[in-house]
Amino acid sequence: MASISLKTGTVNKMVKEESHKAVENFSDQLSNERLEIEGRSLWADARRRFLSNKAAVASMVVLVAVTLLIVFGPMVSQFTYDEIDWANMAAPPSMETGHFFGTDHLGRDLFVRTLEGGRISFMVGALGALVAVIIGTIYGSMAGFLGGRVDNLMMRALEILQSFPFMFLVILMITFFGRSILLIFIAIGAVSWLDMARIVRGQTLSLKSKEFIEAAVISGASSTQIVFRHLIPNLLGIVVVYASLLVPGMILFESFLSFLGLGVQEPMTSWGALVNEGATSMEVAIWQLAFPTSFLVVTLFCFNFIGDGLRDALDPKDR
Amino acid sequence: MHSHAEAWERVVEGTHLINGVPMFTFILKRIGVAIPTLFILVLLSFFLMQMAPGSPFTGDFNMPPEILANLEAKYHLDKPLWQQFAYYLKDLLQGDLGPSFKYKDYTVNELVAQSFPVSITIGSLAFLVTVLMGVGLGTLAALRQNSWIDYTVMTFSMVGVVLPSFVIAPLMVLIFSISLKWLPAGGWNDGSWQNMVLPVAAMAILYVAAVARIMRSSMIETLNSNFIRTARAKGLPRRHIIFKHALKPALLPVVSYLGPAFVGIITGSVVIETVFGLPGIGQHFVNGALNRDYSLVLGLTIIIGSLTILFTAVVDILYGLIDPKIRVGS
Repeated sequence: MASISLKTGTVNKMVKEESHKAVENFSDQLSNERLEIEGRSLWADARRRFLSNKAAVASMVVLVAVTLLIVFGPMVSQFTYDEIDWANMAAPPSMETGHFFGTDHLGRDLFVRTLEGGRISFMVGALGALVAVIIGTIYGSMAGFLGGRVDNLMMRALEILQSFPFMFLVILMITFFGRSILLIFIAIGAVSWLDMARIVRGQTLSLKSKEFIEAAVISGASSTQIVFRHLIPNLLGIVVVYASLLVPGMILFESFLSFLGLGVQEPMTSWGALVNEGATSMEVAIWQLAFPTSFLVVTLFCFNFIGDGLRDALDPKDR
Repeated sequence: MHSHAEAWERVVEGTHLINGVPMFTFILKRIGVAIPTLFILVLLSFFLMQMAPGSPFTGDFNMPPEILANLEAKYHLDKPLWQQFAYYLKDLLQGDLGPSFKYKDYTVNELVAQSFPVSITIGSLAFLVTVLMGVGLGTLAALRQNSWIDYTVMTFSMVGVVLPSFVIAPLMVLIFSISLKWLPAGGWNDGSWQNMVLPVAAMAILYVAAVARIMRSSMIETLNSNFIRTARAKGLPRRHIIFKHALKPALLPVVSYLGPAFVGIITGSVVIETVFGLPGIGQHFVNGALNRDYSLVLGLTIIIGSLTILFTAVVDILYGLIDPKIRVGS
């Protein structure tokens, strides 16, 4: 008996030593990069998936083109957005006069005005996405992670905010404080993060029960550390998807107000305001409606296709 | 059918469970969210108005200070803020929204009474069209999955979801009024049906698209479930399976979308009424904002806000009553 146990003991020791060596070997090889492990990270996988989506890639190309045009177009044009060309009022598009998209009823160049309006729309979209990502992610992951009474309270607050008719509250604020782009920014900041917080909370709740979070808790990481180091990086996928789907919503929000004449003030303009002006004169000057509308619609479609593409690429449910 | 009758009995008795709590507790809880929301809405609106620069009587002309003081006393503007709020709340609870600041001789109540029927008519028609057409198209697309009908419906719903109402409405006017001359381009004309077609269509199209999309995917999911397979195996006729068995569970996600759809239709009415020149609430909203008619916009915000909050609460409660997944727990 004793000899047998002794034997197994030595065998065990030998096995241990061997495996130890193997591990050392393996790590040596790894550090020397002689042995490469073929594997795709989540993001590489998502990129491949996204790039195989033709609609999303085409939208990306179009959107980059629109962005470049919006950024550089007004710089190279011979007109400014508030300059009146007395010789060409409500003139149709023409290459000779330099008014590529024609002019409005005051003789202002529509090409520059459309691009200038695009700047507002893109700024609003970017701001909405940014606020949603920052506030929504932190709020949602905190609520989901802390759970219990805090979660309950935070969600009640969110529910109350969500059932607010924000569009009307914004109109109310415009009534009291007058029109300003700042108000629109505040309003968009206030609305944009609500859904994001809800989605992130749901995702956090399901992540919370995973082993790696438990491991972090056991090894004594603080709540803040867990949220910022472990939860948020794992939430990034859904955050990116939702943020990209949010951008067109925010652009619409601003256009809606500008269409009603409650958004940006003259002589500044935005796509919603241009569509409104175009609609009043569409019987005689269709180009005044056609160009801003096409820009708005194409941009909205692009963002939606990209959002869908990102969702298909990153949504863990479909994998 | 038996279990259904039983469920109703529990509803009547009040022992029915929603989310694991008795029905009445659930309803009370939901109202418990709605009432503070309403109160916060009123409070916030009121204090925003107080933060606005100037009093409503400044700016028009130079008023002798005595008259200004009289006016301020009449509207309780000389009292401390919380008393002003108490006065406003008291009036509000009695259904009095105060006088309009810009329309002489009109109270906000009168303006609302004039314009509300127009908005309600257009809005409820649009809501009806949304539900009927959305459910119909979605079901059709699901039953003929991957056929040309399906692709047409899905393309339509993609376009409808992306295009905003303020783009669709002018385009409709351009096509149906200016080019084809089929329908009037605007106006109310005492509510003749020709004047209603375009506004209702422009308002509903987005929500028809959204409902069709939701209905399609939920119908496909339902048709693939076990109880439908059982029904098919029993040899029930297709029509019977769809209408008697599949339709009801497939409608659940649509019901939960009705709250947001209602809010959207109400909000969209502002644009639609502006485009078509309809004498509804939306128009007062925009003009009130541009004229800085404080009491009018405040009153309208509170009315529409309350409607929104109440409707969302009702939809939530309804959903709790009909969703079998929530119902389980008893």
